[in-house]
Amino acid sequence: MPDTALPTYKAKDFTTDQEVRWCPGCGDYAILAAVRKTLPKLQTRKEDYVFVSGIGCAARFPYYMNTYGMHSIHGRAPAFATGVKLANPQLDVWLASGDGDLLSIGGNHTMHMMRRNLDINVLLFNNRIYGLTKGQYSPTSEFGKKTKSTPMGSLDYPVNPLQLAIGTGCTFVARSIDVDMKHLEAVMLAAAAHRGTAFIEIYQDCNIFNHQAFFYASQKDTKADATIELEHGKPLIFGADREKGIRFRGTKLEVVTLGNGISESDLVVHDMHDHGLAFLLAQMTHPEFPEIRGILFQDTERKPYDELVHEQLEQAVEAHGHGDLHALLHEGDTWEVTG
Amino acid sequence: MPPEAPASGGASIEPTVREQMVVRFCGDSGDGMQLTGGQFTTSSALFGNDIATFPDFPAEIRAPRGTTFGVSGFQVQFASTEIYTPGDMVNAMVAMNPAALKTNLEDVEPGGIVIVNEDEFTKVNLRKCGYDEGYNPLEDDEFLTRYRVFPIPMSRLTRESLTDSGMGAKDVDRCRNMYALGIVSWLFGRSLDPTIDFLNDYFGTQKKKPEIADLNISALKSGYFFGETAELFPVRYEVAPAPQNPGRYRRISGNEATVLGFVTAARKAKKNLVYASYPITPASDLIHGLSRLKHFGVKTFQAEDEIAAVSAAIGAAFAGDFALTGTSGPGLALKSEAVGLAVMYELPMVIIDVQRAGPATGMPTKTEQADLLQAMYGRTSESPVIIVAPAGPADCFDVAVQAFRLAVHAMCPVIFLSDGYIANGAEPWLIPDVEAIPPIEVTHPDVTNNEGGPYLPYVRDPDTLARPWPIPGTPGLEHRVGGLEKQEGTGNVSYDPDNHDHMCRTRAEKVQRAAALIPPLTVRGPESGELLVLGWGGTYGSITTAGDELRKQGLPVATAHLRHLNPFPSNLRAVLDRYETIVIPEINFGQLRTLIRDRFLIDVVGINEMKGRMFRVEELVTKCRAILKERSGQAAAGRKRHA
Repeated sequence: MPDTALPTYKAKDFTTDQEVRWCPGCGDYAILAAVRKTLPKLQTRKEDYVFVSGIGCAARFPYYMNTYGMHSIHGRAPAFATGVKLANPQLDVWLASGDGDLLSIGGNHTMHMMRRNLDINVLLFNNRIYGLTKGQYSPTSEFGKKTKSTPMGSLDYPVNPLQLAIGTGCTFVARSIDVDMKHLEAVMLAAAAHRGTAFIEIYQDCNIFNHQAFFYASQKDTKADATIELEHGKPLIFGADREKGIRFRGTKLEVVTLGNGISESDLVVHDMHDHGLAFLLAQMTHPEFPEIRGILFQDTERKPYDELVHEQLEQAVEAHGHGDLHALLHEGDTWEVTG
Repeated sequence: MPPEAPASGGASIEPTVREQMVVRFCGDSGDGMQLTGGQFTTSSALFGNDIATFPDFPAEIRAPRGTTFGVSGFQVQFASTEIYTPGDMVNAMVAMNPAALKTNLEDVEPGGIVIVNEDEFTKVNLRKCGYDEGYNPLEDDEFLTRYRVFPIPMSRLTRESLTDSGMGAKDVDRCRNMYALGIVSWLFGRSLDPTIDFLNDYFGTQKKKPEIADLNISALKSGYFFGETAELFPVRYEVAPAPQNPGRYRRISGNEATVLGFVTAARKAKKNLVYASYPITPASDLIHGLSRLKHFGVKTFQAEDEIAAVSAAIGAAFAGDFALTGTSGPGLALKSEAVGLAVMYELPMVIIDVQRAGPATGMPTKTEQADLLQAMYGRTSESPVIIVAPAGPADCFDVAVQAFRLAVHAMCPVIFLSDGYIANGAEPWLIPDVEAIPPIEVTHPDVTNNEGGPYLPYVRDPDTLARPWPIPGTPGLEHRVGGLEKQEGTGNVSYDPDNHDHMCRTRAEKVQRAAALIPPLTVRGPESGELLVLGWGGTYGSITTAGDELRKQGLPVATAHLRHLNPFPSNLRAVLDRYETIVIPEINFGQLRTLIRDRFLIDVVGINEMKGRMFRVEELVTKCRAILKERSGQAAAGRKRHA
């Protein structure tokens, strides 16, 4: 890495000459644009980015980013990304893949990457459907969903990506949506600044196989009631007129309308370092609750796995000196045969 | 180094000189037989014998005491001549309980020494291991006349010798193995010093329990003195040091040599090594060994599964480290999709498969060499990789270095096929001069090959057909690798039919061209003639010994051994053509035979078995003799017909 000033990048510096081949109207375009706009704001050289993906529509992402990139195999992107960080923790590794890739076939690797706290930024493109294989239900599809593979309705109960992330010890958990690029950029900037696994669930519209799946969260007339923007240290208020809030009732959350003796001081105040609260907030699902947006949780204390690995290497050198190959080969009982 | 007997005396028995001896220690899996055998081996190696060992243990960590499936054994052959196997028949066996005797006796030569701990031959124990009610081999005249049996009350004698120690019964009873080792050390005139040093270091220094070290040392010495004073044994044996090439030696197992070889490979390339794996028998010792070498720049990663392990290794290769993953057969099956991706990426890495008996879970602690075709073809589509296989424990070192040399040369994954027999077996190793090992040249480009346009990651070296290895962090060389077919040169996604055909052929050709780095195959014995016995992997020792024996019997038999299975050495065809009959013994149903027949359209005779163990030399000798006889009979009949 050269010791010269960081060049000023523009979005087009991160654009390859490859034609983007997503369906017209796909939510992936907006996410790609947001990423290309975000990277120039970071203090990272272009050559230090590595974009890693698995398989699926979203997984084509690296081909469109003019950085180092790996389009890998189905579900294993977290493991490939882990290997990149093991080799070189200086690299800024981003993982872009879909709900099928990261939560179904790759659920195991996603979980272990998060619990180890690899310093990787994860963009989960959640469209609640299998797009590339043409319309089967995904692990985030709602119960009873009728698709090509479930004509009588899916019998799978969906996984909640945020709860999974919180449950496996992920140190940065957030949610955003494809159509709100400003919001997405802000969340990505915060994720990029985080040391450790930064997991962003992005609601993404598959306009071919699951169009309008997140309409409630994106449309002007519904989103104020269907979502709630989290701000650290602020009470949980939402609604078109900010007339509603979330408060505790015993150990459970409930939606309340402000007024009639209920004031802001009765509401839950968001503490993004509170692991237990994060789990409860992640549970809020439409239509019973507004769904959270923004940064749900962050643990700034835990060191990333890759950093610890390299610390151990240094400790080993401190304790034993830089490995002496000759001495290593001569370890243990040896004997001399003279000619 | 002469044996340092702890005391004089016992010399009244004139030792019988033997060229080699095979000794087996067996007992319950909690009896410490591996340690006992290992220590006896070290003493023999330090004495200057050539040695070869064969540890044989159950998959159960602590099977119920006294049962036959909980028996653990350790066999060692030590010799005053060069040897290549742990030996067929056992000359002297120590059995710590009836179950060990029952399961191991058939391997003892008639008239062989059988030392048993007679205290364990109780009614309960005899019943537990399935002897007929009321039967006790120690009262069976047939058994007692067939072997030279020495029943010794080892449990009682160990306790008696340690009564003054003040230690608990449990600790005292654990020293029985050292008592047995003492007896055997006396029988073969072996010094106790290496074991005493080991016990002091292991229990005293490492475990901080010097009292346990003292206890074991007392038991060891008591066993030795017992052998000396009890005059139980009418014999003592002497196996003189073997002539060996000058230099410094150590005893090394296959897995240990594999660890050292890969660390050396990384050092010779000035690279850090990433070893990603998921624990699996018999490969787990690789991560145990490598994880303590962090000061050599070795990063070990115990992944969540086999697939994550290989994937992480590939990620590390992309980022520029030496990438290694290790497993056994079932794990290789899980890794196969990712290995195919590494073929597609054209990145260097090594996948170790320490083969074990399969299919499925099979017999995890038993050996087999039946993953060759999996390594060769066990991936989707046309997905060629380089395949190497060490011939024995010490050879793992050289082949490991060679594996990375080939991987980097061809920018291609390499599969390293070890096996349980090689991995756990041990032999003396002439420690190489690290300075004399040539460096592994690795080049990462730092300037673009396409000024004014995007970097071209799939432009090839015209000779090797290898692509460059640009690594992240290098400005101007940003590029993407992927599992989708790539356009030659640019690496962009391509569905062009001609390009796909070209790329598939190029990846195959690239592997074949790696033969440039492979030394020619050499033969042992006649350079041409009637019979060539060709082997690969762990059969080297048995085949070599059998070949030597057949030639001693006056038969025109040559042997040769392949360390490279893909590509083959360039002269293989020429070598095969020099012999009338080719025989390939394999611990599978003829996998190399299939490859050779397919490649060269020649007939090959197989000697095949799947018993979870290595060939016995005697078996190979007998079968080769039969093949020779049959062939000469056919030839004679043929001549008659044509006459």
